[in-house]
Amino acid sequence: MIDRIKINSVADLLAHVKAMETEAMERYQDLAEQMDVHHNSETAALFRKMADVEALHVEKILERAEGIELPHIAPWEYQWGDSDTPEAVSAEHTHYLMTPYHALQLALRAEQRAFDFFDQIVRRSEPGVIHELASELRDEEFHHVGLIEAWLEKTGKPDEDWDEDPDPPALQE
Amino acid sequence: MSVKSAPATPYTARDYKSDVKPVWCPGCGDYTVLSSISKALAELALPPEDVAIISGIGCSSRIPAYLNTYGFHGVHGRSLALATGLKLSRPDLTVLVTGGDGDGFSIGGNHFLHACRRNVDMTYIVMDNRVYGMTKGQPSPTTEPDWDSALSPGGTGLRPFNPLVIALASGANFIARGFSGDPNGTAKLITEAIQAPGFSFVEVLSPCVTFRPDQRDWKKIVRPSPVDPTEDIGRAARRLMTDDGFNLGVLYTGKREPFRLAEHHGESDMTGLEQQFVI
Amino acid sequence: MVDSRKYENSVSIAITGSGGAGVITAGTMLLKAAAKAGWYGLFTRSSGPQIRGGEAAAMVRLDRQPVAAPGENFDILIAIDWHNIERFAVELPLNQHSLVIADPSQGDVPDVIADSGARILEIPLKELAKKIKKGRQNMIALGVLRALIGLNEDIVDQVMVHLLAKREESALIASRDAVVLGGQAVEHAGLAMAQQEVPADGSDRWLISGNEAAGLGALRGGIRFVAAYPITPATELLEWMAPNLKKVGGALVQAEDELASINMIIGASYGGIPALTATSGPGLALMTESFGLAVASEVPIVVVDVMRGGPSTGIPTKSEQSDLNIALFGLHGDAPHLVVAPNSVSDCVFTTQWAVSLAEATQTPTIVLSDQLLGQAKAIIDPPADLAFVTKRATSATVDESFRRYALSGSGVSSMSIPGTAGGQYTADGLEHDESGLPSSQVKDHVAQLDKRADKLDGFDFGDHWATIEGDSPLAIISWGSTTATVREALARLEKQGRHFKLIAPRLLAPARPLEMAAALEGVERAISIELSHSAQFYRYLKGYFEISCPVQSYHRPGPLPFRTNELCEVIMNWSAS
Repeated sequence: MIDRIKINSVADLLAHVKAMETEAMERYQDLAEQMDVHHNSETAALFRKMADVEALHVEKILERAEGIELPHIAPWEYQWGDSDTPEAVSAEHTHYLMTPYHALQLALRAEQRAFDFFDQIVRRSEPGVIHELASELRDEEFHHVGLIEAWLEKTGKPDEDWDEDPDPPALQE
Repeated sequence: MSVKSAPATPYTARDYKSDVKPVWCPGCGDYTVLSSISKALAELALPPEDVAIISGIGCSSRIPAYLNTYGFHGVHGRSLALATGLKLSRPDLTVLVTGGDGDGFSIGGNHFLHACRRNVDMTYIVMDNRVYGMTKGQPSPTTEPDWDSALSPGGTGLRPFNPLVIALASGANFIARGFSGDPNGTAKLITEAIQAPGFSFVEVLSPCVTFRPDQRDWKKIVRPSPVDPTEDIGRAARRLMTDDGFNLGVLYTGKREPFRLAEHHGESDMTGLEQQFVI
Repeated sequence: MVDSRKYENSVSIAITGSGGAGVITAGTMLLKAAAKAGWYGLFTRSSGPQIRGGEAAAMVRLDRQPVAAPGENFDILIAIDWHNIERFAVELPLNQHSLVIADPSQGDVPDVIADSGARILEIPLKELAKKIKKGRQNMIALGVLRALIGLNEDIVDQVMVHLLAKREESALIASRDAVVLGGQAVEHAGLAMAQQEVPADGSDRWLISGNEAAGLGALRGGIRFVAAYPITPATELLEWMAPNLKKVGGALVQAEDELASINMIIGASYGGIPALTATSGPGLALMTESFGLAVASEVPIVVVDVMRGGPSTGIPTKSEQSDLNIALFGLHGDAPHLVVAPNSVSDCVFTTQWAVSLAEATQTPTIVLSDQLLGQAKAIIDPPADLAFVTKRATSATVDESFRRYALSGSGVSSMSIPGTAGGQYTADGLEHDESGLPSSQVKDHVAQLDKRADKLDGFDFGDHWATIEGDSPLAIISWGSTTATVREALARLEKQGRHFKLIAPRLLAPARPLEMAAALEGVERAISIELSHSAQFYRYLKGYFEISCPVQSYHRPGPLPFRTNELCEVIMNWSAS
């Protein structure tokens, strides 16, 4: 759980958001590529779509940050409570046979984590620019969560034997 | 107190990734280590052409091709020797060595001892998944004694190798443990390891989703080390000997001078040298 | 009656003794004094397995003309004692023209020595040594030898002063007195030769061992990094390189084993620094896997194999030519590479330098097959010509988008980007790869890269250095390595008897050069190959890889004894007559 966040300026916050959106986008791109390599085209397409969406978010945040000098923050100095960027899909829960449903589940959790992050800032900040911006961002994430939930509803649930592969692992070297 | 900001760097992690797509199983911890290495190199603002990544054989040894630095994908178990020859002749390069627990502690065991002993300035990152993944799931030196497999039914019955203790006893100057489920923490450890002079050893617990699905539980077990890193070798020895394998962070930093060859003082005359044979 | 005039132009001397007698020291002093006095020569040694105090023999062959071969019978054997002489007897052939100097206090001359028919001269070495404070038998022996061959006293003294410089003055005094006493004993026996004039020659001849010569050749060729793991009989090469590399801005690192040393030199070479290591058969066997890595990743390295008796641990202190097979065929996969072999101590300089040049030019790992007979022999030679060729490997200082590390080209040699070159990044790999170096299992890439690695060697212009070819005759001797020196001596002797033969001694063993060999064999009706190998490795290589149309016979035997000139004369005569 996030128990202490030290974000004291708009620039700080924007830097965090930019990092979050960028990493989320890059993570979706990487996962799309992983799915490509493993010939899972359906899920690859979904991850690619998510990456495109995140790319738009990155664009938006860059617009927002125009004219503002963002501090450079080392990857481990960001204020994520957990050590991975909140909005980035957790790579360890992927599977080469995963279905779009699984992917959306991971995306949902990612968006929820993003929501939680901004929510914490809103709760802990005094009224002011930071508070307002954080609220805005939280609302956006709330919206994203809803979108993905809806998307999940429309997506077919995976079969029970979704991860069954009759072939044994292949020797490489 | 504002968020800590770091010196700006002209590089992003992406700048270090090559066009080659990794073939690791989705869910493999090595993806995160690859990303952590890129982040570390970016933070240190190292030009890709001044970095060399040396590896052996195994899934994690494929890393050099996935980065656009210089690299050498050598034979099984000998990456530390190759890296030593390179770094001693080219001290200007930043040399990283990557590989797995099999490559590093089985066939590579002897070279591991001597690399720690020699303390040449380089960083050795071992992605430890306690299995031989590339050859489809045999026990490795760090595998638990009761882990069942086709090659060793019922388990090897052997006490696992303890690489951190061996590293300490052999003279490594920086010892840390990371976890692939902690990408930014691992990036930090690798950055510190590269910056630390001498032989830096980072063991990254990196679960194998295909052959060790039980390692999914690791994220529930790992924890940041409850104590600060120590410079006291005796204390470090006691801690590491009683360590359960899941304490993360920098565990030991030494003060040994890194080994380097004497400065070259330019070409001297061969004729002078040949005089020794004249009768 | 011994005719001492026969020592005017050549003499072969052996000194034997045990338990700290110091025969090697005496032999070395004799060699150095002879060198200063204008002789050419070759010094070899033999010893028991003990680290200290074992039985030892110092063998010094002197001649007014350059000699490269061990020779044959010994003219003089001086024995400080007879302990374990059976071990050496077969290495010290004597006949009725030989002179054996024996110390009567050591008992009867053993049958194995006396049966040769040599003349025995008794000199009480031990008793004479006792007459001097701190006197030593080996210095008495040195004095005896000095007088027998007429070596100039002043020169012997100069050598003693120099070699004993680090010891207390009493050692020098004792040695001087001992040499005098030894000389007097010879005079008493009426066998002293008049002291020879020192030639005002002034030519700067060298005293050098094969291992040192190979080290020097390596430095001349541009080697600046060496990784070392000691093994008999290559250790001296590495020990010589340690300080001498430093003098030219290079460095040597001791490795934990041969697997480390070859990988270290691959690393250094990948970083742009020409690199070398030296080993013997067992070490080369360990290195083969990584040698293949250097082939596949096209990283130039040089590995000197100072061959010894095989197989396995074999006979570490003796010579043989039985590593040819592993050098040629020891790599798994189709892995073309270079193998060269020097044919004398002096040739170790050139051939090693050439090996470096070839490795760098073709980006191919190269084995230099030296052997114990060359490596550990000390020779007095004319200074080897300084052929200052240092071939630079093809590298790109700047690269653009189109750069491909393993680009296919006409010659098969592609430019190497050295780490630090922006834009030239690539991952060298043992895996088969495409032109960029990316791993590939595609047939087109495998064929293309196999062709590339073979073509760059097959198409290379090795010039005349590929073999030493001498003489003209329908009868040809084919040999390689250290054997060639003895073959040449035999052929020179036969030449004086009006018998002509052609010598073909390849220096380049891999890749095989069937066209050049066929050209060398034009006009040859019969050939015989001579090698120190139980299974005739070289002969089988000739038969398998060179389309030789004329009949070829093989004379082969294993070590540990080297070929002798008279032995080969007999072999060649019998073969040519049959």
